[in-house]
Amino acid sequence: MAEHFELHVNGVARDVHDAWSGESLLYVLRERLHLTGTKGACEEGECGSCSVLVDDVLVCSCLVLAGSSTGRAITTIEGMSADGEPTDVQRAFVAAGAVQCGFCTPGLVMAAHALLAADPDAGEHEIREALSGNVCRCTGYGRILDAVATVARARSGASATAAEDSPGRE
Amino acid sequence: MLDTGRSLRAGTIGDSSLRPDGMAKVQGTFAFSSDEQLDGAVFGATLRSPHPSARIVSIDVSKAWQISGVEAVLTADDVPGSATYGLATADQPVFASDVVRYVGEPVAVVAADHPETAGRALAAIVVEYEVLEPLLDPEDAIRGNHDDIHPDGNILRHQRIVCGDADATGDVVVEGTYELGMQDQAFLGLEAALAIPDDGGGGVELHVATQWLHEDRRQIAACLAIDESKVRLVLGGVGGAFGAREDISLQVHTCLLALRLARPVRMHYSRRESFLGHVHRHPASIWMRHHATSEGELVKVEARYVFDGGAYASTSGPVLINGITHAQGPYRCPNAVVEGWATRTNNLPCGAMRGFGVVQACFAHESQMDRLAAACGLQPLEIRERNAIRTGDRLITGQVLESVAPVVECIAELDALALPDEPVGGHDGHPLRLPGGAGRTTDARHVVRGIGWGVSMKNLMYSEGFDDHATARCRLADGTATLKFATSEVGQGFVVIAGQIARTVLGVDTVELEQIDTEIGSAGSTSASRQTWMSGGAVDSACRKVRERLFEHVAAQHGLDPVQLGIDGTDVVDTVGTLRLPVAEVTRGQVFEETVEFRHRPTEELDEDGQGNVHTAFAFAAHRAVVDVDVELGLVKVVQIATAQDVGRALNPLSVIGQIEGGIAQGLGLALMEEIVCHDGHVRNASFTDYLLPTSLDMPDVVATLIEQPDPQAPLGAKGVGEPPCISSTPAIVAAIRDALRQAGVERELRRVPVRPADIVG
Repeated sequence: MAEHFELHVNGVARDVHDAWSGESLLYVLRERLHLTGTKGACEEGECGSCSVLVDDVLVCSCLVLAGSSTGRAITTIEGMSADGEPTDVQRAFVAAGAVQCGFCTPGLVMAAHALLAADPDAGEHEIREALSGNVCRCTGYGRILDAVATVARARSGASATAAEDSPGRE
Repeated sequence: MLDTGRSLRAGTIGDSSLRPDGMAKVQGTFAFSSDEQLDGAVFGATLRSPHPSARIVSIDVSKAWQISGVEAVLTADDVPGSATYGLATADQPVFASDVVRYVGEPVAVVAADHPETAGRALAAIVVEYEVLEPLLDPEDAIRGNHDDIHPDGNILRHQRIVCGDADATGDVVVEGTYELGMQDQAFLGLEAALAIPDDGGGGVELHVATQWLHEDRRQIAACLAIDESKVRLVLGGVGGAFGAREDISLQVHTCLLALRLARPVRMHYSRRESFLGHVHRHPASIWMRHHATSEGELVKVEARYVFDGGAYASTSGPVLINGITHAQGPYRCPNAVVEGWATRTNNLPCGAMRGFGVVQACFAHESQMDRLAAACGLQPLEIRERNAIRTGDRLITGQVLESVAPVVECIAELDALALPDEPVGGHDGHPLRLPGGAGRTTDARHVVRGIGWGVSMKNLMYSEGFDDHATARCRLADGTATLKFATSEVGQGFVVIAGQIARTVLGVDTVELEQIDTEIGSAGSTSASRQTWMSGGAVDSACRKVRERLFEHVAAQHGLDPVQLGIDGTDVVDTVGTLRLPVAEVTRGQVFEETVEFRHRPTEELDEDGQGNVHTAFAFAAHRAVVDVDVELGLVKVVQIATAQDVGRALNPLSVIGQIEGGIAQGLGLALMEEIVCHDGHVRNASFTDYLLPTSLDMPDVVATLIEQPDPQAPLGAKGVGEPPCISSTPAIVAAIRDALRQAGVERELRRVPVRPADIVG
């Protein structure tokens, strides 16, 4: 049955026309809204390639029905650097050599942002655990872990500095 | 700053330059083949055999046509040209028509307005099958116990190697039979293509993720019965390959649909389809018997290999030849009697996967070397060093090893790498440090640490007399070098080193890469660790030829002899005078262009005794694994992998490390978790839920050292680096598990990978 609904994607209201009610958020993002930065690789929530944020929660978009995402704030990889300016995580991935084929990369970037938003001081164990839902077949993860750890160090260093500089701090 | 001549200009050879496609990939704007959309395109889908062996009695597609939105339904009757295709032998039907030979074999395709419509159309096709008794055991194929399941017979390849004294014996003899399960390449980017028919239907353009554009084109054109010039292939963004994209999967089907409908067609495989729709690493059974002197010097290796090739030939023959010709491993061995079979069965077709037959050989010979060491009272590294092969040694094929062969250096440098300083469970006692990880199933008191080693030799490039070549074009104009090649970039990073080569040779800063397609000659396959050498050699040669033209131009203008001129940094310089002119300046308004077809030296086929100069070159690697094993639960945590790898020369050290870490992850997967489980010809785990892949929690720290001894045979001194990391890492991990168990007082042979918890617990 054809459906018509609205999704809020990367801060913009998007109309979805003629969707079949069984279509996943992944399918609608890619095929109907042409936001192909989000990838599909297993379509059963195992590999994390389709990771997006729904109301700031990291989800596998292949497991979410598009129609159930109305009224929520959806952020895809395209929304992370909408002005073309790469994020700290994106820059670190490139600089660390964390990208080979790159198919897992958008999902990993989303997962890394979700982790660091919740835990800017994430250490090695936290990073490994947070990224363990994102399969990468090319890199063996070494450079990816490096990239995320670099950002974590930079962010926690920055926040520590900011805290020290803040006037209310004793 | 004083230029010592040793400083590295950014972006040149030896610099860890960053990938030109990196920023697009992290921002999600890089277009993979599955991202290519076109207005008016319809979706193709494939009907596959549910039986490993059956006769097709009838196919009724009429109900599929009745579904609204269905645009095409094609079967074998709709193939205008060759009914079969194949890399080496065209033995695989485009669509099964009389019989099906494996679960997943294509029987029909449909095209529809929506993937779900296409799915319903597939379900509406009625195929009546007469189920036949499948041939599933390779030994039955060898013994001739089963009717031929294909007109070409049930043996895909049989070859023996007899070297030296076949009757030689040693003081010490060890033997064992080793088995490897079927591993999947499990690239992330599923098979996907977009076919766009020409106006008038005379030809087609296919955007596809593949390892070898020109070989795909050859096979597609034959099946479509049109001239190759009417089939243009463009490389769609490739989400990993690892061998699985060397064979045709959906290429012919997509083009057939597009030409039939005169409209664009997209095909995408699901993960389950991908498991069924591409070739895998051959499951293998390898018996080996090693003879040695009491001092541990190898006297003879005997071996019998059985590789299950599945239903169609693919590259089973070359994979087998690789396997048996590497029976000795990276060790001198004067005598050998080796026999190998690649069989046809009704299992999934097998073919290329990273390591290509040598992964199987290495697990067997390295397991044997440990047994031999124990029998001789030697340490594992001691016996390996004692037998280490050297440049100039004769291989069991009679071929003289001409490659630089730093096996002793690999072993010594590996041994010098620091062991992990964390005790079992770590100083912080974090549960993720223990086997079982977040499951918190393990108590550190039941965990024992073990160490194991593996050393490997791997041939580079194609073998057996194949005319292996690569083409590249370089154009230099206005200070910019523009490169064109058909080299498949699958993630390995050829696009970055191509630019580095051009910057180094031509003294330019700006390098542009043209679209990767079939509008230039073949680059050969991105496989066999060959593109750095082959396409790198082609780019290097093309750039050097352009540089000659440039020097002639500058020399003519300044009354100099071109041989006096050289490139220093970004300048053309007179090496015996004072002239110094920026390349950007002297190329202004000029165009220099050259195309080169690069070949490696020829190789030969093996004779009936397995003798001949069959391989082009070799690379070597050594691995050390440290594992923690919960001996009660059979759980393994790999703590560290150390490696020393012979790379010739690291053109881009960061890329090399990436290949090493990624290859080790696949070696770890094979050692501990990865196997396509087949029962009666049916795959039981064709999903990422059930086929286990290493995650960030499974991969340990990798400590790597690069052995850089530039190989004079290699155009840039650089050897391919993609395959060696996944070859000896697997036996090193298994040896470490055996070592841990031994320390716990348990002796287990662990002759099969992946090693399951039940194998450890016993």
